[in-house]
Amino acid sequence: MTDSDITLAAVELDQTTLLTPGQIFRQRMFGHKGFLIGATLILIIAIVALLAPVLAPHSPFEQSLADRMLPPVWSEGGTWDYLLGTDQNGRDYLSRLIYGTRVSITIGLGAATVGLLIGVTLGVIAGYFGGWADHSISFLLTAQLALPGLLLAMALVFIIGPSIWVVIGIVGVLHWTYYLVVTRAATQRIRSLDFVAAAAAAGASPRQIIWHEILPNLMSSIIVIFTFELGIAILAESSLSFLGVGIQPPTPSWGLMIAEGKQAMFYRPWLVILPGICLFLLVIGANLMGDGLRDITSPEGRNE
Amino acid sequence: MTALLDINHLNITLRSPNGPLRVVRDLTLELNRGEALGIVGESGSGKSMTALALMRLLPRSAEYQATSMAYDGVQLPDLEDAQFYRSIAGPRIGMIFQEPMTSLNPVYTIGRQMTEASVARGLMSAAAAHKKAVTLLDRVGIPDPEDRMSQYPHQMSGGQRQRVMIAMTLMLDPDLLIADEPTTALDVTVQAQILDLLDDLRRERQMGLILISHDLAVVAQRTDRVAVMFAGELVEQGTAQQVLYAPQHDYTRKLLAAVPRLDGTPGRPAPATPRVEDVIVARDVSRIYTARKGLFGPKRDIKALDGVSLSVKRGETLALIGESGSGKSTLARILLGLDHATSGEIDLIGRPIDQIPPTERAAFVQPVFQDPYTSLNPRRRLSEIISRPLMLRGERDSATNLAAVKEMMERVRLPIRLLHAYPSQLSGGQRQRVAIARALVTRPKALICDEPTSALDVSVQAQILDLLDELRDQMNLTTLLITHDMAVVHQTADRVAVMRNGRIVEEGTASAVLSHPTNDYTARLLEAAPRFETV
Repeated sequence: MTDSDITLAAVELDQTTLLTPGQIFRQRMFGHKGFLIGATLILIIAIVALLAPVLAPHSPFEQSLADRMLPPVWSEGGTWDYLLGTDQNGRDYLSRLIYGTRVSITIGLGAATVGLLIGVTLGVIAGYFGGWADHSISFLLTAQLALPGLLLAMALVFIIGPSIWVVIGIVGVLHWTYYLVVTRAATQRIRSLDFVAAAAAAGASPRQIIWHEILPNLMSSIIVIFTFELGIAILAESSLSFLGVGIQPPTPSWGLMIAEGKQAMFYRPWLVILPGICLFLLVIGANLMGDGLRDITSPEGRNE
Repeated sequence: MTALLDINHLNITLRSPNGPLRVVRDLTLELNRGEALGIVGESGSGKSMTALALMRLLPRSAEYQATSMAYDGVQLPDLEDAQFYRSIAGPRIGMIFQEPMTSLNPVYTIGRQMTEASVARGLMSAAAAHKKAVTLLDRVGIPDPEDRMSQYPHQMSGGQRQRVMIAMTLMLDPDLLIADEPTTALDVTVQAQILDLLDDLRRERQMGLILISHDLAVVAQRTDRVAVMFAGELVEQGTAQQVLYAPQHDYTRKLLAAVPRLDGTPGRPAPATPRVEDVIVARDVSRIYTARKGLFGPKRDIKALDGVSLSVKRGETLALIGESGSGKSTLARILLGLDHATSGEIDLIGRPIDQIPPTERAAFVQPVFQDPYTSLNPRRRLSEIISRPLMLRGERDSATNLAAVKEMMERVRLPIRLLHAYPSQLSGGQRQRVAIARALVTRPKALICDEPTSALDVSVQAQILDLLDELRDQMNLTTLLITHDMAVVHQTADRVAVMRNGRIVEEGTASAVLSHPTNDYTARLLEAAPRFETV
């Protein structure tokens, strides 16, 4: 028996000490600029949503018709009383934006999770079992893709009646296709790899294989789609609210605020721009954090 | 006369998270017209990087400097990119890659891919290029070259695709051909043909040839000079005879010692007491796959196994030999319970396989797969991977499991500090050790090894084979070894069964089959195995 390991990797490994998993994780987390920026944005937005009653200078519902359409403090005619001005009903715009954070985050997380549960379940079933399961689920996908999403959502909300939970449910049910497409293809690829065969040869049932061998390998794609869908769901809520079938006034929601501000868009552009900026920050924060999480948690550590 | 290729003090640096990695250090090489140079070294030794630097195909994170890198008197680094791609890469230097399955574009016909380069460069008219391509296809041994021109890559076998690749590089008549592991992905019988073809073409056209391989036996037969690389450095260079028979460097000697031999008595000595108990028995097993084109297309039957009968006795090693597609892996999958036979019977320790519950079957037989890069879950740590079979058996006590894992890691000689590492942090040989540890942690009675070393470097292969040998004796394992490598069989098998097209064409003791094959096909396989005899 030649015990001397003459391979190159052996030489390298002997010279370097392996970091503990925790060390690697911290090192990667603090070395990833995109993740840090995204996580900070999301953290700030989450704190604002949680502490809305403390942070908001006014009630978001209180109307003061004498102070209608005040511009923000930096424009001519703005006052320190209403930092970001007021809307057409004389409500404080800053307070409404702060409360709107709650709606946007709830809908984004809720709808993206509903879509995730549906899409990943179907995708893994289709990819793992193949055959008729795959055929039927693919048919379902084609049917879903053939439907005009926004129109369907409008019709459904209209029939069921608008409320935040209905919006979450409907936006979620309409946004599972990306999860399905990606997880189905990935599952098909992974299930033909030898480690799945090794698990089956060790007596693992399909359920055990899916949970233990396949899902962990889908995590990075799922995280990315989740953050992507989070942004889409928030925008979908905005669209629905903008069209008048989403969140109902007077509940403050960024999409609704844009809708209400559009009549005065050319004279009072901040009514549209301010909630637009908020939406932009939330969506980009979610996407940056998602990409970062994928890089940090992947064992190979890409983009390093 | 100036050398065709003259590389002086080439350094290649790769940026990595742990700082710059010097993958090639101070490499100096020379190659004359019509000469064949073999570069040997294991994966990661920098041999491919050298070739890629010549072709400007280095990954983006890599940089190279050289005091001189001259091709036919022209300093390559001085050329503009556009000029380099127009005048050097292709017309002067051609390159063939390892994986013929991916190096041809699947959506274009062979003809289009072959003629594209010369027509686009304006060197030839489309008609002339077509004519030349047909001649070249004929020269590299493709039957019916005229018809093949309009075929797509998927209609050809791996060996044929590699021939097409060679013909394609010859379209522009290069003076230097770089072949990076051109036969590693191919069967032995095909491998010998491709290497002979390269050798003939070189002599015919007075081309320079750089043959890169991890297999010393392959390189030594077909080259004039051999350069041995280790950890980015050129440790030895000389004529093929010198390097083979009078190696100077310690590493070269180790590399030579690791090559499995085909000399001496084949097989292992017969045991004192004859083995009688049949533990794995297959009787007349067939497996037919039914493929269907689309949802409503016509059915088509493919016979992967066709009436196979064999038996493995307790404690012995049966080697199952055959080329890819001969059905040997299908048989292994059926024995492991991953697939079902269409007809025929399979008994494990006297019981029909369908009646044994999965966990009991798992306690009896475990697999070791070919490719350690796909046989380990990349998302799990070694401790989880190795203890998984125990968990599946319902043993949930983490302390005893950890102890079992540690004991197995010691047995397969994996350092315990790797316990919490991920597979991506390990080398190929270490990964294969993990796969073996996982297979043996439940103390199975039998092991099915499907090409356990063919994805590994020669130097690592010897270690893994020794390890398997040792474990087999310690744990009294019954082994079914599936391989295409005659040298592996020679070293480790008691008995041999040769498979072709889903049938067993020859069976017998290792010494009988290897020294006096009765079947034509077995003889051909033996013939094709690369070998060299040292004094």
